[in-house]
Amino acid sequence: MRSWFQVLRPISPRARLTLGCMSFVLPVVVWCIVSYVPAVWHPQMLITDPGSAEYLQAGMHMDRHAFADAVKEAEDDHKPPPKGVPSNPIYLPAPHEVAAAFYTAFVTPPPTQDGPWLHQSLWHSIQVIFWGFVISSILGVPIGILCGTYAGFARLNEPFIEFFRYLPAPAFGALAVAILGIYDGPKITIIVIGTFFQQVLIIANTTRKLDVALVEAALTLGIKKLKLLSRVVIPGILPDLYRDQRILLGWAWTYLIVAELIGTSTGITFFITQQARYQHFATVYAAIMMIGIIGLGTDIVLAILGKRLFPWDRTLDKSA
Amino acid sequence: MTAVNKFVSPTMLPSYLDQSTAVRARFNRLKLREVILKVENLSKVFTTAKGSTLALDKINFETHRREFLCVVGPSGCGKSTLVRILAGLEQHTSGDVMLEGKPVSEPGKDRGMVFQGYTLFPWLTVKKNVMFGLEVNGKSKYEAEQQALQWLQLIGLEKFADAYPHQLSGGMKQRVAIVRALANQPRILLMDEPFGALDAQTRAKMQAHLLEIWRKIDITIVFITHDLDEAIFLADRILVLSAHPGQVQELIEVPVAHPRGTAQFISPEFLATKARLEELIHQGKAEDDEDAGTYQMVARLTDVTDSVD
Repeated sequence: MRSWFQVLRPISPRARLTLGCMSFVLPVVVWCIVSYVPAVWHPQMLITDPGSAEYLQAGMHMDRHAFADAVKEAEDDHKPPPKGVPSNPIYLPAPHEVAAAFYTAFVTPPPTQDGPWLHQSLWHSIQVIFWGFVISSILGVPIGILCGTYAGFARLNEPFIEFFRYLPAPAFGALAVAILGIYDGPKITIIVIGTFFQQVLIIANTTRKLDVALVEAALTLGIKKLKLLSRVVIPGILPDLYRDQRILLGWAWTYLIVAELIGTSTGITFFITQQARYQHFATVYAAIMMIGIIGLGTDIVLAILGKRLFPWDRTLDKSA
Repeated sequence: MTAVNKFVSPTMLPSYLDQSTAVRARFNRLKLREVILKVENLSKVFTTAKGSTLALDKINFETHRREFLCVVGPSGCGKSTLVRILAGLEQHTSGDVMLEGKPVSEPGKDRGMVFQGYTLFPWLTVKKNVMFGLEVNGKSKYEAEQQALQWLQLIGLEKFADAYPHQLSGGMKQRVAIVRALANQPRILLMDEPFGALDAQTRAKMQAHLLEIWRKIDITIVFITHDLDEAIFLADRILVLSAHPGQVQELIEVPVAHPRGTAQFISPEFLATKARLEELIHQGKAEDDEDAGTYQMVARLTDVTDSVD
């Protein structure tokens, strides 16, 4: 325990594993307590039997105090009182319900006839993210590297990019729809706008951090200036560039929901809003968690891949 | 004044100008060789927002083929700037740098350089680091590989050919850096305090290693250091610079005989040379030495009776 609180010191692998699991277990434990221990919260009653109250139905949620009043009223009139069990509001389902929804969400047919299944919605979202991120990277990575390498090029581009990155990407939604129509075009555009400008600045900074002595060493070895970029700058920043791309991919995901609301709502966002409309909140939670699982899963896979790709990289050791 | 003078009175030492017949003959033979590097009236002015500073002021010297020249001087004398100008990494303001009669203006494969920091490319294996210069100069991959392996053999690191730089010790990294620079077969090898980051033991080994390499191949070395022992141990001649601005104070011919060995560190010629170097370097330094006088400023914080002296 004491070793967890040493300033700027690494912890043991065992402690890493324990604490890593705890970071997921603790929120779930809190959720379980709120869901399964009625004394903690449960501000409502779930009606099991409406009794004599005509305005109640079995399965309805109602405020605890209003329910007490209804019971008292019925008892005063010597009529059968309504019965119910304490419950949380409908928007906070219990863990087991959400766990079940992880399965049922995939096997439940879409509420509308030609609506997409969950796996189709997810796949659509992944494609939007993929294309948004790829288009942004095709432009952003080379421009970022050039900005980091050549101070003049940076000066020509960065002031405008600094300005543009403060413009919220969703603000371009209406414009994107007007230009690109209502399908995936504007959605991908929003993700590109949200990612590209940050990408240029981050990659330019990463490039600037390359040890200039490596460039000088290469120059004294007789390299031509044009080859410096491909033989020194790019290989030198590659592991950091890869790490930047991982972080940026995470950012691209955060733009997904807004992007999918633009034009015709599609993908996981369409699925979530649809489920919320039918008050299937367990499914809503499950769908939101799926986004997190896909995001974190991709990042872990990329991290492992990065270790394979860059065996010389030391910073990976420190962070892992 | 100096540590040396406490033990050996300067009057007991020979003059650093006295050379034994063998040493004199060696210098005569050396001076018969062609001049490889000629620096004439070299000046460098750094211009910043605060104004301009004269870093190097009319530097003149010549180096003969296969000579080992050390450059020493107090901090701020511009010795690093000088070597960077020779490498072509920095531009001089006026004067000439001629390598085999051709003016130097930008980096080139005829001048190899070893830096103080570790500059092996971390993404390349040891072998590929050595191949780098050969490949960018148009050698085929096969040829580059064969030569790289031979160079690694020369420094006894062929076992580490496929290791990455981070797997090597500091001394090994600098050995690889030296052969990486030599693989291009430059006319001159510039070394900017290459052993500065190494511990004393490794440093001594590296000095011996370097002399060994230098003896075996046709290379002229310009070696920057602030370690006077290192300079005397390695050099044929020592270029002493003064600070603010950097000017040549003296070009000393080291009277210590070859081949060099650690036993010579206490020889009279060695000590005489060191005494002369210290005299030159500490000369006029007292007034601008920020550390002067701090010793006396420390008040006694212990009980007067609590002393073993």
